[in-house]
Amino acid sequence: MNLDFSAEDNAFRAEVRNFIETQYPQALRAVQEEGEEMRKEDFLAWHRILANKGWVAPAWPTEYGGPGWTSVQRYIWSEECARADTIPILPFGINMVGPVIYTFGTPEQKAKFLPGTLSGDIWWCQGYSEPGAGSDLANLKTKAERDGDFYIVNGQKTWTTLAQHADWGFFLVRTDPTAKIQEGISFLLIDMKSPGVTVRPIITLGGEHEVNEVWLENVRVPVENRIFHENKGWTCAKFLLAHERTGIAGVARSKRGIDRIKSMARTESEDGTPLIRDSFFKRKIAELEIDLTSLEYTELRTLASESAGKGPGPESSLLKIKGTEIQQRITELALEAAGHYGMPFFRGFPEDGANLPIGPDAAHRTAPTYFNMRKTSIYGGSNEIQRNIISKMVLGL
Amino acid sequence: MDFNFTDEQNMLRDTVAKFVQNQYDWDSRRAIVKSAAGWRPDLWKVMAEELGILGAPFSEDLGGLGGGPVDNMIVMEEFGKGLVVEPYLGTVVLAGGFLKHGGGAQSAELIGSIIGGEATFAFAYAEPQGRYNLADLTTTAKADGAGFVLNGRKAVVVGAPWASHLIVTARTSGGQRDAKGVTVFVVPADAAGITRRDYPTVDGLRASEIQFDNVKLGAESVIGTVDNGLPLVERVTDEAIAALGAEAVGAMRTAHAMTIDYARQRKQFGVPISSFQVLQHRMVDMFMHVEQSVSMTYMATLKLDESDEERKKAVSAAKVQIGKACKFVGQSAIQIHGGMGMTDELAVGHYFKRCTMIEGLFGSVDHHLRRYETLSLGEAA
Repeated sequence: MNLDFSAEDNAFRAEVRNFIETQYPQALRAVQEEGEEMRKEDFLAWHRILANKGWVAPAWPTEYGGPGWTSVQRYIWSEECARADTIPILPFGINMVGPVIYTFGTPEQKAKFLPGTLSGDIWWCQGYSEPGAGSDLANLKTKAERDGDFYIVNGQKTWTTLAQHADWGFFLVRTDPTAKIQEGISFLLIDMKSPGVTVRPIITLGGEHEVNEVWLENVRVPVENRIFHENKGWTCAKFLLAHERTGIAGVARSKRGIDRIKSMARTESEDGTPLIRDSFFKRKIAELEIDLTSLEYTELRTLASESAGKGPGPESSLLKIKGTEIQQRITELALEAAGHYGMPFFRGFPEDGANLPIGPDAAHRTAPTYFNMRKTSIYGGSNEIQRNIISKMVLGL
Repeated sequence: MDFNFTDEQNMLRDTVAKFVQNQYDWDSRRAIVKSAAGWRPDLWKVMAEELGILGAPFSEDLGGLGGGPVDNMIVMEEFGKGLVVEPYLGTVVLAGGFLKHGGGAQSAELIGSIIGGEATFAFAYAEPQGRYNLADLTTTAKADGAGFVLNGRKAVVVGAPWASHLIVTARTSGGQRDAKGVTVFVVPADAAGITRRDYPTVDGLRASEIQFDNVKLGAESVIGTVDNGLPLVERVTDEAIAALGAEAVGAMRTAHAMTIDYARQRKQFGVPISSFQVLQHRMVDMFMHVEQSVSMTYMATLKLDESDEERKKAVSAAKVQIGKACKFVGQSAIQIHGGMGMTDELAVGHYFKRCTMIEGLFGSVDHHLRRYETLSLGEAA
């Protein structure tokens, strides 16, 4: 056993670090610092640079455009991206539907969809959850009825992230209402410009427009846009969900989050003592760092078994649970560190006003971020569901 | 030992509860927060004239109802259930407390204006550098003949955009953090030399950054005694903390009830999610936090007139409990509501946001743990 990275891995780290340092757009940094909502082109700016370099899809097989990195190299890459505070690449195409298409799709579907997914020309959204199908996703009701060479799709999806920018969506739909619920589901790719598709914003707790309702009214979808067999879509869904959960530990990003708390704690003082030297506050930082270290080494062990050929298993639920709890804890401490200046909310008010932040830069988004991050223990399979998964699949209870 | 309310107190609660039910339903509150002004001065007048509740803690010979902190507690809890934004805390509890305990040339007249609904107040005490230390002041009031000249900067003054008057803490002598040398002033909000930058807060209120440039104050502006204001400030903010505890109880009770309702209706896997033991236990834990918050609010409210040390210990203990409860109940409410809890559309998220802000107002859990520890265990290391 040893904890060292090889000389090759260290050289790789130096290479990617240098690339990020020299290629990450300064203009994007400015947008991030401002903390306002990003436009579509902001999201895509980094994607396109990486796509050009061939590094946008680290986990894809080389035959589909992946760089051929080992799992350790992919880990190093995500660490370096987090360390440099790069914006995350949207997961819907690269991490979710892309792998489904190259695993279950026909050669025609791969040719039609993979290049655009890789380049960023196709922005994907995920049409899964419905008002009546959250944790119980298989209970979905959006139906797709066969009409010659088309499906006619009717229903409503909710919680659809960034659908307002999407070109295409991958939807779970019910093609056989008489079958047992998981057995009547199909995986359909739908052009978001199709007649009958309406996207409506859902505003969330921090005032953001990140998620949407997607209404589907008699939407005609060519049968050739179905991935895999009719009524076998749940197989694709399960495959995708397993992939959604790895990488969700977010260790490197959480390390940066703790760095930012420490930075705030150096400037926030009470009675002449900076918070970083306050016995109560620094203890909480220490405990959080230790929690994160536990998560980090657990993730490294998972990485090691992946390198040995084991796929992502139900243990990844642990990474999701602990990873999100730590992310949330970071936002709690940041809000606490902000003190009074955690209260102002200047977004969009006055509507014609200067919208300049009130108080220190580090403080002004701490409350909206804290509120927004309550979603992490709910999405991607709630932490309660994740515990059920471990209970059943790991402990056999 | 008696935890019962009097008939008058029960009537007061009924009056406020009915007002919130009939005139401050959720859609009304949402519209108020979105409006340009951010509050309803006409409803404030209703509170003054029709309901007569703005006089709750003031003596009858000043025109009040003859009550005290318990009456404030009752009003604040009922307001908490409706997330009422109008400035009862700033006006009746804080300003009222300063005027009652500190006296001063204008106090009878100003109390009369409070009861009549003509005057509203905001408490300008926090500064960018001071965090929760009430004595950390760079705002100064230099003697100028019989009066003073006020210079400085106050941070996140809640309710200032609506206020006709400000209660301002300033240093009349001593070093930046000295206990001695703090004086409390009442200042008309439209006095020359005051500049405000107004903004909304994350929990639906309005606040301001306030700049004072050579604001001239007469001797009659002083509340309490010059240089000796800190004990008064500590006493009145402790009263405010107890009142906030009550508001938090009202908000938490409502968030808890909403959560139970939602869990009963929401079906997944063919059953209501309220049938899952994990969630039941979570809702039970919420219940325990709420009940203990009620207990601590009662305890702190009933100890407000004890010695300084007893009062501070009681209030800090209560704020620690309330702070923890606000976090647990708020977070749990959102979690059990699932995706719906994350929406701006549902009311529960707004209760969570207000509870979150109450956690930090007048001192975080850590701040109060430290104050309690110092009083209970001796000097902090």
